[in-house]
Amino acid sequence: MNKNQRNADYLIYVENQSPKSGWFVSLFRAFIMGGTICCFGQMISDVLKSFYPTMNLLTVGAWVNIVVISLTIFLTAFGVFDVLAKYGGAGTFIPISGFANSIASCAIEYKKEGLVFGVGAKMFYVAGPVLVNGVAYSMLVGIIYFVVSLF
Amino acid sequence: MVSNLLMYLKVFFVGGVICSIAELILIKTKITPARILVLFLMIGAVLGGFNLWNYVVEWAGAGATLPIIGFGNSLAKGAIEGATSGGFFGALGGGLMATSAGISVSIGLSYLVCLFSSSKTKKF
Repeated sequence: MNKNQRNADYLIYVENQSPKSGWFVSLFRAFIMGGTICCFGQMISDVLKSFYPTMNLLTVGAWVNIVVISLTIFLTAFGVFDVLAKYGGAGTFIPISGFANSIASCAIEYKKEGLVFGVGAKMFYVAGPVLVNGVAYSMLVGIIYFVVSLF
Repeated sequence: MVSNLLMYLKVFFVGGVICSIAELILIKTKITPARILVLFLMIGAVLGGFNLWNYVVEWAGAGATLPIIGFGNSLAKGAIEGATSGGFFGALGGGLMATSAGISVSIGLSYLVCLFSSSKTKKF
């Protein structure tokens, strides 16, 4: 069997194996899950603001991120987050919880390969591209802004 | 109380719509989740660079800051703030400075947690 034929057959096989829930249903689930996570974040921010009215908005935002990230990592460790992610799809990985989950799940997954090259290197398998791109864009924005503000 | 409820509706709506757009890209094209994350981050950095995402954050709060677009936005905003207050040095480091707490917690806590937890997905 030649290579192209085999590849085409494999694609058909993948197509048959992948779950067939209607796209409208998964859109709805992503909407619900994403909205719920964001509302949870807003709730934390409201609670913080009621306890510390003088706290500035950036610090409140950072705290919301920290709480959501920590909760996600613990849920990932207990295996609960996988269930949520299967239900919510993009609704769970587009909020910051997806970033935290990708680091934590890769760290747990590759623990058997050792702490240095297993956990240390491969925990960034998904989060690495996000961090690399993010830092690069942020530097670019900063430099452009600095140069523009000189004139 | 009513204004509070309205705020939560806005948060739910904006967060939900952003996630639905990502889900739609995921279903209709062959783009992988990691690429969608990078794409949304880039959109966030561009919107933050032009100070446009700020309006959405004011309107919808956590609905705009929690999705990865908000992460890109705070990276860009941090760099701009650094450039205004700390010159060239601030422009280079400002983005990471604004997001450092979140990144540190994700890395540090993941490292700690993985010491006490083992993979649960391999059940055959």
